[in-house]
Amino acid sequence: MGAALRYFRLHRQNLSGAIGRLLRHPLGSLLTVLVIAVALALPAGLRVLVNNVGALSGTWEGAADFTVYLADAVSEERARALANDIGARDEVAEVAFISRADALEEFRTQSGFGAALDALDENPLPHALVVRPELSTVGEMQALAESLAALEETALVQLDTEWVERLRAMLVLIERAVDIVSALVALGVVLVIGNTIRLEINNRSTEIEVMKLVGGSDGFIRRPFLYLGFCYGLAGALVAALLIAASLGLLAAPVGALAELYASAWSLTGLGLRDTAILIGGGAALGWAGAWLAAARHLRAIEPT
Amino acid sequence: MISFEKVYKRYPNGHEALSGISFALERGEMAFLTGPSGAGKSTLLKLIALIERPTRGSVIVNSRNTARVSRRRIPGFRRRIGVVFQDHKLLHDRSVFDNVALPLVIAGFGPRETGRRVRAALDQVGLRGREQDAPITLSTGEQQRVGIARAVASRPDVVIADEPTGNLDPELSREIMRLLRRFNEVGVTLLIATHDLQLVEEFGHRRISLAAGQIAGDGLAPDAPPGYRSTFPDRRGSPP
Ligand SMILES: Nc1ncnc2c1ncn2[C@@H]1O[C@H](COP(=O)(O)OP(=O)(O)O)[C@@H](O)[C@H]1O
Ligand SMILES: [Mg+2]
Repeated sequence: MGAALRYFRLHRQNLSGAIGRLLRHPLGSLLTVLVIAVALALPAGLRVLVNNVGALSGTWEGAADFTVYLADAVSEERARALANDIGARDEVAEVAFISRADALEEFRTQSGFGAALDALDENPLPHALVVRPELSTVGEMQALAESLAALEETALVQLDTEWVERLRAMLVLIERAVDIVSALVALGVVLVIGNTIRLEINNRSTEIEVMKLVGGSDGFIRRPFLYLGFCYGLAGALVAALLIAASLGLLAAPVGALAELYASAWSLTGLGLRDTAILIGGGAALGWAGAWLAAARHLRAIEPT
Repeated sequence: MISFEKVYKRYPNGHEALSGISFALERGEMAFLTGPSGAGKSTLLKLIALIERPTRGSVIVNSRNTARVSRRRIPGFRRRIGVVFQDHKLLHDRSVFDNVALPLVIAGFGPRETGRRVRAALDQVGLRGREQDAPITLSTGEQQRVGIARAVASRPDVVIADEPTGNLDPELSREIMRLLRRFNEVGVTLLIATHDLQLVEEFGHRRISLAAGQIAGDGLAPDAPPGYRSTFPDRRGSPP
């Protein structure tokens, strides 16, 4: 009989024992699991929200156009040629040329300042190019903007991504807040499971006493409780993952309708594989930790008399 | 096998339960520990199982001085001692089999060896075939026999029993004592605390009597039937 085999058998027995114990009092166990699940769903749900807003800001960012206002002296022919040059660049998707005459016309119809414009002797507007970049990151956008600004024909480059930057800064702040909430929830879950295990230890003090009398080591006696804590944490995390999936399911239809209004392909993404793994692994680890704390504190106190 | 040398035990409340106890029990010997309630019998047995530690003096069990057994090593130490309690201390949410198997599982025996030993132990106490019963469905005498089976399942060198017949009628008590004696006959060192003097005299083994925490007598019961003469006669003069 290999020691390893014995070890695995003990652990398997402990695991099935813990599951059996959870199922023996289904209502009480379910309540505890739900408390843990709701607690874990809070930071995990916030994480999903942040990820989605982040993804959304990414799609906006990519869609941001530059407007390049050319110098007054640049002729229309030169401007059209420039538009072709820029449009030929790899990092540019397309370029629209807006002549000063078109710009004035558009301004006249849209602004309602038609009469005022008529009073002017000449068209005050420059030629302009609307450049739609093929890039996604802010850094690449910045580089393109700088190279456009460096052209001698350029008077001004307007890159309207400042609000995206602000949103990103806000997201960083919110992510930090989610981290803090996660830490607090982790502490709460450890305490909830620790308390549950403490009650379990008190309920089973006779059994613990007998096990100590017949030579059960601290590790042997502690192990079933660790497994119980592990199962509570794991079950809580699994239910939390289900809660989040269900919430996303409820939101999918309205989000789809909203995206359609904006003609956007954007849709809600769930926790993702990595965050789901973190949620479930973290939940199980927190359960184990809570049980360990309770066992360390309370098992020692039960001695045969 | 068991030796006490000038042992004192004072409980935290200041009560001195044992005052200068000295005696020795050889390997394979059987003895009764008698005395009125409060004399210190349970305390003495607790010192053997390291449930309590002596205030002064030395307690040596299985050639190990209990004073040198650290807290961490107590479980291993206890695995070599079988203990029988007056109230059986069975686990009522487990079957008879699981109760008897507990020390074997703790000692790390595999399922086959555990099953074999549990059945052997239950056979020896006359409870073969009751493996899957719940302890609560057994009579008091049968529950005590499960307790004995659990105490001997891992074949310890020493078995101590604290009032194992305390809750039983005379006939059942006699049966339990005979059962315990059978383990002694196959080499187990046995120390049984009891206040049932009639039974002790009937069995006629060595008798260590306590009174108020001191040894009041140590030797054979007055009219021990022939054939039960201890090989370790009187160490302390004549019994009371
Ligand atoms: N844990 C304890 N704390 C204080 N006093 C105790 C404790 N256990 C036993 N005693 C006292 O020690 C004395 C001996 O008790 P015990 O060993 O149980 O005697 P017996 O088993 O012979 O009846 C009694 O007076 C009892 O009240
Ligand atoms: Mg007693």
